[in-house]
Amino acid sequence: MNTAFLVVSFMNLAFVLGLLLNLGGLLTWVERKQGAVMANRIGANRAYIPVPVGRDPNGAGGFKWSKRFTLMGLFHAITDGIKMLTKENFTPPFVDTFVYNLAVWFSAVPVLVTFAVVPFGGPFQPGVMMSEVLTMVGMTGAAASVGGFFGDGVYHMQLANLNVGLLFIFAIGSTGIFSAALAGWSSGNKFSLLGALRSSSQMISYEVFMGISVLGLLVVYGTVDFNEMAQLQQQTWFGVIPKWGVLLQPHMFFVFMTALMAENKRVPFDMPEAESELVAGYFTEYTSMKMGLFMMAEFLEIAVIAGIMTTMFFGAYHIPGVVAATDAMHWAMHPELTPVNAIFGAEVPHALVVVLRVGAFLFKLIFFCWLQILIRWTLPKFRYDQVMKLGWKYMLPLSIVNVIATAAFMYVLGGM
Amino acid sequence: MTAQYLPVLMITLGALGFMAVMLGINSLLGTKRKHEQMPKIMLEPFECGSPPLQTDNRRRTAVKYYLVAILFVMFDLETVLLYPWAVLYKELGLFGLVELLVFMISLVVGLAYAWRKGALEWR
Repeated sequence: MNTAFLVVSFMNLAFVLGLLLNLGGLLTWVERKQGAVMANRIGANRAYIPVPVGRDPNGAGGFKWSKRFTLMGLFHAITDGIKMLTKENFTPPFVDTFVYNLAVWFSAVPVLVTFAVVPFGGPFQPGVMMSEVLTMVGMTGAAASVGGFFGDGVYHMQLANLNVGLLFIFAIGSTGIFSAALAGWSSGNKFSLLGALRSSSQMISYEVFMGISVLGLLVVYGTVDFNEMAQLQQQTWFGVIPKWGVLLQPHMFFVFMTALMAENKRVPFDMPEAESELVAGYFTEYTSMKMGLFMMAEFLEIAVIAGIMTTMFFGAYHIPGVVAATDAMHWAMHPELTPVNAIFGAEVPHALVVVLRVGAFLFKLIFFCWLQILIRWTLPKFRYDQVMKLGWKYMLPLSIVNVIATAAFMYVLGGM
Repeated sequence: MTAQYLPVLMITLGALGFMAVMLGINSLLGTKRKHEQMPKIMLEPFECGSPPLQTDNRRRTAVKYYLVAILFVMFDLETVLLYPWAVLYKELGLFGLVELLVFMISLVVGLAYAWRKGALEWR
């Protein structure tokens, strides 16, 4: 461990937290606006900022205000925040105060921590990248000192490059159950208790086959390390078709996505918060920002699920057709396949490679966020017995059959 | 090497800090009242606006949730053992395949038993 590693880690941390918290806020707006568009409503359009456009011709010294500047309702995300921050932070007298407050901390923290192992860009050389950018701007002196500080060390655009990758996600992600169970039990409310029971029993049911459904993919990859998975998915069949997880195990893509969405407890699976039956489920008795953080955790989880799906099934930061040279230290892209090579010659600047990779990851991430909200506004909610039946009687046997079939297939083929 | 786990600690602290800032700002800006100053209805457990039947709502619950938890322990803890197998499968070859079948048969027998006994029915 050295100083450069710490600096790179702080850069990654700033990127991850900035990305997730902003996405979490934006998704509250996307949820409302996309729902409105799908239901042919106008939707979020009330919050606005008044903009002065000139002097008021009638009044003395007053301003003439513009029409309502709503920006497609984007300010709703901000007004929500302001409202929740200024509401009364109220702890009812009948709750178990310690557990009641502890449950809030379990809501968003595990969700944020699981993103630590998701690679949002490939391996990169910060020294090379920054000195390239600084030289382009014309600050040659700063370029030399930054280049000297980082050297040509290779770091990962991933917060923690853990070899346990997926296991880390399962381990940390499942602690999210604590928030539902503790919040419901400590609230001292019938709705909360029922919501907590329903959500914990739903989440543990779906965790069972979530683990088994990806086993087939792990057999093909031979690793649980997310970084290695991302690199393996850059291989191609016939030099054209990328070996993405979704093409290796297309059926398990749907099963795994179903499991993750059920873990998130959103609409097709919103048993714990069934509004018509249980008010708000396990967080009925929470007010102000405590309730806001439970809501925020759900939206953060959308982004985290999108990150996991992207990494495991959609080639992480890999752009199809744009293949980095097999020699990882040599940052040339595949010359004959890449249009950018026509501009930059055989060797593309490292900074551009990094930007393109992060851009590709963000594009896929946002696509999966959009897809989840699309599903949420398309499907009606299931009944509770249907949810349990789907998990235990359909998805679990399907996953078990898939593991055996994949293993047998791999043995017959003698490795892929 | 444990240095890779340092960023995990960093993001944990970052997430805790975010939560602390949000809750801190809320308790600074929000209205503050003592319980005595609040309307009586605010101090009751929420029950659709009707007067609550009893104040202690931590009650005994249906046993079927317990059954799900037991099934979870049975299946999930056993599938954890399959991860090392999945990673090493390419090296294990036929031995790995046979071992998987033995393991899966025991798992499927358990599932079939639970299914037959009606543990998976939600009544």
